[in-house]
Amino acid sequence: MSAFRHTLMGRLLADPLAVFAMAIIALLVVSALLADVIAPHDPSAMNLADRFASPSATYWMGTDNLGRDTFSRLLQGGRIALYVALTAVSIAGLIGLILGMLAGFGPRWLDNALLFFFDTLRAYPTIILALALAALMPRGLGTVIIVVVITSFAEYGRVVRTQTLSLKNAEFILAERAMGASFARIVFHHILPNVLGPFFILAAMNLPVVITIEAGMSFLGIGVPPGTPSWGATLKDGFDYIRTTPWILLSGGLPLILATLGFTFLGEALRDQLDPRLRKTR
Amino acid sequence: MTALLSLRDVVVEFPALRGLKALLAPPEKRRVRALDGISLDVLAGETLAVVGESGSGKTTLARAINGLVPLAGGQVSFDGMALDESPDWHAVRRRVAMMFQDPVGSLSPRKTVRDLVLEPFAIHGIRLQNRRDKAVELLADAGLGPDFLHRYPHQLSGGQARRVGVARALALTPALVLADEPTAGLDVSVQGEILNLMNRIKAEHGLTTLIITHNLNILRHIADRIAVMYLGRIVEIGPVERLLSDPAHPYTRALMAANPEPDPTARRERIVLKGETPALNARPPGCEFHPRCPVARPDCASRAPVLEPATTGGRVACHYPLTKETLSA
Amino acid sequence: MSEALKVEDLSVHYDTREGALQALRDVSITVPEGGIVGVVGESGCGKSTLINALLQLLPENATIPAGRITLQGEDVTRAGTRRLRQMRGQEISVVFQDPMTSLNPVLSIGRQMRDIQYRQQGSRAAKDSRSAAMLGRVGIPDPVGKLAAYPHELSGGMRQRVAIAMAALMRPRVLIADEPTTALDATLEVQIIELLKELQQEIGCAILFISHHLGVIAELCDRVVVMYAGVAVEEGPVADVFLRPGHPYTIKLIECDPGKLKEKVTDLPSIPGSLPDLTDPPAGCIFRPRCDRATEICATPPPRKGLNGAHWAACHHAKVDKA
Ligand SMILES: Nc1ncnc2c1ncn2[C@@H]1O[C@H](COP(=O)(O)OP(=O)(O)O)[C@@H](O)[C@H]1O
Ligand SMILES: Nc1ncnc2c1ncn2[C@@H]1O[C@H](COP(=O)(O)OP(=O)(O)O)[C@@H](O)[C@H]1O
Ligand code: SF4
Ligand code: SF4
Ligand SMILES: [Mg+2]
Ligand SMILES: [Mg+2]
Repeated sequence: MSAFRHTLMGRLLADPLAVFAMAIIALLVVSALLADVIAPHDPSAMNLADRFASPSATYWMGTDNLGRDTFSRLLQGGRIALYVALTAVSIAGLIGLILGMLAGFGPRWLDNALLFFFDTLRAYPTIILALALAALMPRGLGTVIIVVVITSFAEYGRVVRTQTLSLKNAEFILAERAMGASFARIVFHHILPNVLGPFFILAAMNLPVVITIEAGMSFLGIGVPPGTPSWGATLKDGFDYIRTTPWILLSGGLPLILATLGFTFLGEALRDQLDPRLRKTR
Repeated sequence: MTALLSLRDVVVEFPALRGLKALLAPPEKRRVRALDGISLDVLAGETLAVVGESGSGKTTLARAINGLVPLAGGQVSFDGMALDESPDWHAVRRRVAMMFQDPVGSLSPRKTVRDLVLEPFAIHGIRLQNRRDKAVELLADAGLGPDFLHRYPHQLSGGQARRVGVARALALTPALVLADEPTAGLDVSVQGEILNLMNRIKAEHGLTTLIITHNLNILRHIADRIAVMYLGRIVEIGPVERLLSDPAHPYTRALMAANPEPDPTARRERIVLKGETPALNARPPGCEFHPRCPVARPDCASRAPVLEPATTGGRVACHYPLTKETLSA
Repeated sequence: MSEALKVEDLSVHYDTREGALQALRDVSITVPEGGIVGVVGESGCGKSTLINALLQLLPENATIPAGRITLQGEDVTRAGTRRLRQMRGQEISVVFQDPMTSLNPVLSIGRQMRDIQYRQQGSRAAKDSRSAAMLGRVGIPDPVGKLAAYPHELSGGMRQRVAIAMAALMRPRVLIADEPTTALDATLEVQIIELLKELQQEIGCAILFISHHLGVIAELCDRVVVMYAGVAVEEGPVADVFLRPGHPYTIKLIECDPGKLKEKVTDLPSIPGSLPDLTDPPAGCIFRPRCDRATEICATPPPRKGLNGAHWAACHHAKVDKA
């Protein structure tokens, strides 16, 4: 028992905010995975006779302007949000990890070149890049993912580079070399595990950002194709009918807020627990 | 006795300037010599202690021996093999173990003590019948119980971490151990334990050791010979008793005297050295110690002394070495 | 003699996961005007905690359940933020182990020394010449030129001298030195000790000198307090404590210094065991788990036994000085 208290999970469970965050995320993941099973209706089936229906036993959260079941669309939207967030963060993270390690280990000129590249990309406002790319590419989740990857991998690259640089000359790495360890062993056994901590924290903190970018782009009409039940698209629809049927807006907005809060809290809790300097003082 | 390790005119240089400044500077200003012509032998089975103020090049010396910094000149040979022209470092490092200055910082922070002491086996692809038993045995030899197996470096005190370092250095029964400040950062009450441990293991395995230290108090108890370094050169080398009681180089004498003792009645007169070690890119002409030397004479500023046999044993680089008589005067 | 600094029955606890960590327990230290008092102890005995308490710079998880700290009669624990800022640097100043703690890396040394004199009258040139005079006093070559230098351009020893010059500039009444020589070579260590002695004579300030190095304390201080695991275990004039130590911990600690042993030994002395868990310290004497003289009575709190004049040891079995 006392051993468990000191594991990461044990420490997270002792933090009320982290428990709250994990509960939300679990709810989100389960409902996204089981969306087809739970959903009472086909999310894209239109029932023009039941347009703007109020919440009822048949339509738990009412219907929208085309008579589609809002609750079923909410579940489907979670699936889209998670899919985009996880895919985009994984791709961006992987690119950042590789480039960051290259910058950290490589010769000085490569480091300088990559740094310049990272900083240029990071200086570019996401929304402008999104608008530019949207003009060039077909609407769809693919475009959303590409926008997120381009605007965020530099951030991972920077963090990984800084970590790698400071570890490269650490005494324990010298000690490994002095024992005869190969370059590969040093990278995979000793640098990587120490880089991954801050890397995962950043990734966890980025998940909600990606979810909002997807919602934002869909809201602006440059994200998912029309008809796709993304939360952002639902928000946009809801906006038009906010006076008469506020539940449409709510079914896009509430899950968006909850998901963002959940991932942000988890990211913060992870950071507090994984960063030993923050851990010591409490 | 034969020399297990010998260095001849070893030179190590570091870049002194970076970027544009380096391109614009004349070639001789671009690099500094951290080691400038070091020659010494370490005999099989002996302990040589290297002393000197910080920046004198002690750590660089240890790192040059096992190839962690490249040589700009000279030669290192270990056990009859010349270590130049890309030697098989993997094989050499299996027989030359190194202990680093920071006891906790030299342990990989996300590995358990068990993995840390078994790391040399993993690196050299040595299969173990029972990994746990081997780890327990190595730790026991270094005075740590099996309850430490699953601890992480940050959960160890300085002394405990140092023991893990000792256990790991000895895992593959090396021929030579390079120990960089093995007592640095340890409380006095723990220093003794660590040094006893090293002395015991050294005797049991017939180890040859090169110990770097600026803790002069321990020299008598651990070393057979002492080499004194100043600005990347050896200024005096000889048997421990002689250097402690009868230092020939004024710098050695100043070092030995600059050692506050826990005895309030011993407020003795000492030569307090003037000033500090000069920077490597501003080496004084002649004897490099002359601006700080309390017994310098005019020609010391123009004539550089070389290491020559001292009348009392060992070698010294000084035109006017001290003798017993000048010492007591 | 009146007291420059007085610590009375000070306790400091840190709030940790494992409960309250008792970093200091009932520590009392008196530094008379113009005196030099040393505090010696190994890592974890509470040296940094003591200094941070004196300066009211304890971390957030620290509490002071009991005790009083008075600086020239004024209770530091009750002083407001403004008054504290005024005290620090003017009436009480500190030299840290790492001089970079007190030096600002992006400001020139002259600028930093001028900033300390912000309460002083006088032109910029007058302040600068005061600064340069002090730099010269602590042995910095070319003091006027060094006013324009930045801390990173100096060697470790020079930085420590600058830190001392800054600490001494306002002629404080109390100077606290937190292991100021630990990071330096022995050759520089003796220079710094000599310097502190001279400055103390000139300014007439009191010094509280904290170190784990017995030799440095013996050389510099008049009185010494020996600390172990948050408790002051022995106190007295330096000569008495070092020559006739009364507490078993002090006795062991002095024995452990290999500088004492003039003959080669193969078995160096040490103190077996480790520091007690300060969240759950042993009942009675704090040193009991490692003490080879412990008896049953040691499970009760040991009294401060007077040994000889102002020399006492907190041990049931301490013996009165014979000398
Ligand atoms: N990687 C490096 N790059 C540049 N200079 C270095 C490097 N390592 C050491 N030096 C310089 O070489 C000199 C000797 O350093 P070192 O061997 O660490 O001395 P010691 O161990 O005796 O304190 C110092 O002047 C130091 O600044
Ligand atoms: N911020 C803190 N939180 C919890 N424990 C602390 C904190 N600072 C110090 N300690 C503990 O208090 C004790 C005394 O520490 P310290 O004053 O730093 O000792 P010293 O300076 O003598 O080494 C130690 O056991 C240390 O682990
Ligand atoms: S050669 Fe001259 S300056 Fe150098 S150490 Fe000897 S006496 Fe001093
Ligand atoms: S009181 Fe007892 S346990 Fe404590 S130091 Fe004295 S003899 Fe040892
Ligand atoms: Mg060194
Ligand atoms: Mg401290």
